[in-house]
Order: sequence, then C-alpha cells, then structure tokens
Amino acid sequence: MSRPIRVLIAKPGLDGHDRGALTLAMGLRDQGMEVIYTGVRQSVENIVRTCSQEYVDVLGLSLLSGGHNYYFPKIIDLLKEKGMGHILVLAGGIIPNEDRKNLKEKGIKEIFGPGSTISEIAAFIRENVRGEDS
Amino acid sequence: MKHDIDKLIAGTLSGVENSLSCLLAIAENDDSSVSRILDAISPSLGKAYRIGITGSPGSGKSTLIDKLVGIMRGKGLTVGVICVDPSSPVTGGAVLGDRIRMEQHYSDDGVFIRSMASRGSYGGISKAVGAAVALFDAFGKDVVIVETVGIGQEGIDITKIVDTTLLVLAPGWGDSMQLMKAGILEVSDIIAINKADLGADGLVDSIKDILALGTRKSVPPVIQTQALNNIGIEDLYRELENQRNKHHHNEKNNTH
Repeated sequence: MSRPIRVLIAKPGLDGHDRGALTLAMGLRDQGMEVIYTGVRQSVENIVRTCSQEYVDVLGLSLLSGGHNYYFPKIIDLLKEKGMGHILVLAGGIIPNEDRKNLKEKGIKEIFGPGSTISEIAAFIRENVRGEDS
Repeated sequence: MKHDIDKLIAGTLSGVENSLSCLLAIAENDDSSVSRILDAISPSLGKAYRIGITGSPGSGKSTLIDKLVGIMRGKGLTVGVICVDPSSPVTGGAVLGDRIRMEQHYSDDGVFIRSMASRGSYGGISKAVGAAVALFDAFGKDVVIVETVGIGQEGIDITKIVDTTLLVLAPGWGDSMQLMKAGILEVSDIIAINKADLGADGLVDSIKDILALGTRKSVPPVIQTQALNNIGIEDLYRELENQRNKHHHNEKNNTH
C-alpha cells in the first residue's frame, strides 16, 4: 500500500508573504499529498521541531525577503543534528541565481522560483523522496 | 529502510520524540504492526487523561485547544495533541491546518502536536487515532487531546477512545430541531458554545431545553467561551477536571 507523501511548508524569518506557500500547499494537496503549513515568521528551531513531530518526508522552505543564505543552511544543519538528514529539503521564493549553487551544496535539493509549476514540483518530490516504506 | 520497532518502542517509553513520531507514522501506515506495538506498550497505559474535542467546522476547536493547553502547561501538565483533518475523497491529499492555531506551543518541550489526515474514515477521526492516543499515553503525556475533523451530527467514533468528549458549537448552528436529532449531542460530556460574543444565549437555552426533555441520566454542562478573547476557558477547564474526577470515580466503582 502506498502511503501519502507528507510535506511541511515552512516560512522562516521575518517574511510575511505567504501567497506562494499557500498556493503550493493547496497544489500539493491536489496532488494527493498531506500538507502541513507552519504559518509565517518561524524560527529555525520551531521548523525543525515541527518536522520531527509531523514525521514529514519533505520540507519546503519559502522565503522572499533575502534571508535565505542565513536561514536555510541553519535549518539543514539542525535537521541533520536531530537525526532528520533524510528529509528532502526544497526551497522557493526569491532566491537569486548567484546564491543557488551555494545553497545546493549546503543540502537544498532543488530551488523552485517564480514560474515553477505545481506539477513540476510534485513530480520532483515523487522522484526524490526516499522510499522509506514504514 | 526498515524500522527497528523494538528500538522505537523503547525510545517512546523513555520519552524520545523522534521514536514516538516514527511509531505514530507506523500506526498510520502499517496495520500489520499495530497490534504488536499496542501489546508492547500496554503495561504503560492508563495514566493520561484523554479528551476528545469535536464540533462543527469553524466553531473554534483548534483555538480552544490552544488556550486549554496554555492552562494545562501553567499547571505543569504535559500535553499531546492529535489533530485530524479531512483527506480529499478525490485525490487522497489533505491540508492539515489545525496546528497553526497552536503556534505559541511550537517551541514548548512539554507539548507534542501531531496532525493526521482522516484517510477515508468518515467518523471524524482516522482509524489510527486510537493507537496514536495510546502511544502518547505510553510516551508519558499527562493529557492527550484529540481534535476531530469538523463534524455535524454523526461523527461519534471519538467518544469510544477518550475519557471525556467536549462538543464545540458556535452561535448560528441551528434551531431546536437540529438539537433534537440523534447523534453527537447524546454522547457529549461537556458542551462549549464558542464565539459567544456573537450572541449565544439563544443556543444555550435551546440546548438546555432539549437536554432536559431527553432521557440522559446526567445533563452535560453548557459553557460559553470566547477562545480568541480568552474568556470562559478557565470555566471550561474546570469542567474538564470535574469530568475526569467523575470518570475515575466510575472506574473505581466498576472494579469493585
């Protein structure tokens, strides 16, 4: 029996713009996934703790305010420290091209900026979620 | 990766959050392991006070839970919260949106919130919720709260797995004809009329009238609350405590 993929959509930092995050949450719901949304302005610790409590396969980070180089690596490091390095971490929002290489080296698996489609994001998730059949 | 269930059970019994979280997922996804898990944790069960919170969509269940958890934490009680939201009958997907009302507790080590999708069950909970409640109990939470899917009349499955069922309604819910219908009103231990600032007196009177006409042995208390304004929450908590004492009393009597 295939179980639904569980996704946490999270907004770290001080950015309050969540239209994209909400659109994605609904879109992934329509793709058959179970989606949890943290709400805006979350701390690194809260996001990682929510990943633990909700046992998600995927963490989608959305940030439009320019704080990605600060927050995203911290979240990845804390996930690893807490034994959740297997979670597929994706990013979206406004991430300038020159920052992408570094973020991917830090462990962001893919970055989906403006213009990305729901179906492309969902397909990427399905291909890359680790087949951990619990 | 196959999970080492024995190790996860040992972790859960000694309070490791990641172990509990993984077992909750196994309870949801792997029916064949559930009875083995429940057998293993059964000696550690029975300590938690289990509260079910049900009621119509948008009546304020999650916000009430948020405030009740605040009171419980103030008294030093640890709390597990299971929030059930509906799965899409079309795609199987779900948006699990109750947690967001409980944001103030995200960073509190004494609170563990888990969202679950109903996955095709129509009784207001999913079939894994019973096992999830047991797992929170074994983990050592003093109180386990289950929030059901927003329901109308027939979702009474919750009453079978908790000690106390709280029904949350809001003004505008319906007239006395609605209240006469069979269902959740027959099996609720406490009724909260939330959003009482919208004018709850009429609904409270109707409920009391109907309950007085009925055949129930004890009439449940009806409490007016305003979760967003933090009004009536202490009264509601006191009723939950009263119910707990009653429940324990009954259990004692049954065993003698």
